[in-house]
Amino acid sequence: MGPTLDFLTLLPYVSELLKGLTTTVILTVVTTLTGLSLAVAVAYLRVNAQPWVRWGLGGYVEVTRNTPFIVQLFFIFFGLPGLGIKIDAITAAFIAMTLNLAAYSAEILRAGISATAKGQLEAGRALGMTTLQSYRHIVLVPAFARVYPALISQSIIVMLGSAVVSQISVFDLTYAANFIQSRNFRSFEVYLLITLVYLLLAFGMRRSFMLVGKRVFAYQQGEQR
Amino acid sequence: MKSLSHRFNHSFSSRFKRLQSGVLATGLSAAVALGAITTSPHVQADALDDIESRGTLRVAVPQDFPPFGSVGTDMQPQGYDIDMAHYLADEMGVELELIAVTSANRIPYLQTGQADLVISSLGKNPEREAAIDFSEAYAPFFLGVFSADADESVESPEGLADKTIGVTRGAVEDMELSEIAPDSTTVQRFEDNATTISAFLSGQVDYVATGNVVAAEIAERNSERAPSLVYQLKDSPCYVGMNKNEPALMEEVNRLIAQGLEDGTLNELSQRWFSADLPENFGS
Repeated sequence: MGPTLDFLTLLPYVSELLKGLTTTVILTVVTTLTGLSLAVAVAYLRVNAQPWVRWGLGGYVEVTRNTPFIVQLFFIFFGLPGLGIKIDAITAAFIAMTLNLAAYSAEILRAGISATAKGQLEAGRALGMTTLQSYRHIVLVPAFARVYPALISQSIIVMLGSAVVSQISVFDLTYAANFIQSRNFRSFEVYLLITLVYLLLAFGMRRSFMLVGKRVFAYQQGEQR
Repeated sequence: MKSLSHRFNHSFSSRFKRLQSGVLATGLSAAVALGAITTSPHVQADALDDIESRGTLRVAVPQDFPPFGSVGTDMQPQGYDIDMAHYLADEMGVELELIAVTSANRIPYLQTGQADLVISSLGKNPEREAAIDFSEAYAPFFLGVFSADADESVESPEGLADKTIGVTRGAVEDMELSEIAPDSTTVQRFEDNATTISAFLSGQVDYVATGNVVAAEIAERNSERAPSLVYQLKDSPCYVGMNKNEPALMEEVNRLIAQGLEDGTLNELSQRWFSADLPENFGS
């Protein structure tokens, strides 16, 4: 006997699904922005800062990249209160996702930055650009353009990974699905539905990133081809 | 389907489940009892007389259901139900014989005359009441909202407004709480009992909805955040079970329960095994 599908049983829970979807989207948008910004800072400092700063940041990147995300999340939510630092569930989710995305993206960006020839930077200085200007236009933006596809994928991975924040009671899409499943016991329908929603979210994210990339890296197009 | 979702919510919800699943067993045992009555009349003249002339009170107790009944590190049975059985036997002035039973066979033990009383965290329901008789309540068993603040208590669900309450998703307490909680209450649902308890112990939630048995376990592990009852969600106290038509035994058991409530014996048991006083409405 195959499963009998009845998606109408999900109807009473539309508001829960929308609430979950909203949370997931907001979490993703905010953490993508904060995570990538932090990644730029970390990548820059890991190349240019004092040795002890570089080591410290290296430690952060390695710890984050070599431990499970759910453990990081639980440490922030359940562990830190032991030190007197109490962070509510949604903030803990923001922090964990931002730190996670930043660590991976910093590594990706560092590769892009390392690929810039030193001579180019000196050329910029010779043209009269300030240090910051030359860094921005000659190193950072081209580096971003080079590793952009990898950053898109990493951001999508973090969005999908955000499903585990439901474990600390954040009302995201997965939480909504678990909630509904615990009420109407229609696991197949509800998980099939959110699978499709996550799929659409991932496609939508990739598409938006591409559109942004087309504008921001427009001048790079010729060079890259 | 339902049992599947409940399988992971150990302790209280599954215990509640077990009480309920006893319905089936009760129906079955009722049928067995009916057979017994029609084929060989198994009616004692008077169970209380039998106990006194035998000099032994035979009590069916749980062995796998702490803190009601379990086996201690010294291999001796221990728990609220065990202590209750000792109390009754001592007061009756007879020896005590403990019979370890499971939730499924506790009523058959009674009906086949192998036990005089069932003191096995037995809840009341119509199907069981058709098969056996129940004494007055002797032990508290309830779902409630608990707080780390011992002095807090609310009279009605409205009192839970604006509070953040942790609960295990899909458990009976989740259903009960979701039903009555005002809109402004934030119900934070966690995956399993362990996570819910962690959220409460770490202070991520100041309120937790769970059973008094789980609350007792938390209190035992962390006395700083010992949960104290704020609001009762569902009450399903435990009763002593005995065969039907034993008015003398019933009267004796009820008298001893009333006496135990009066002189504080039952409250002592509650403090010992549930780390809490008996609820105020208990026995009323």
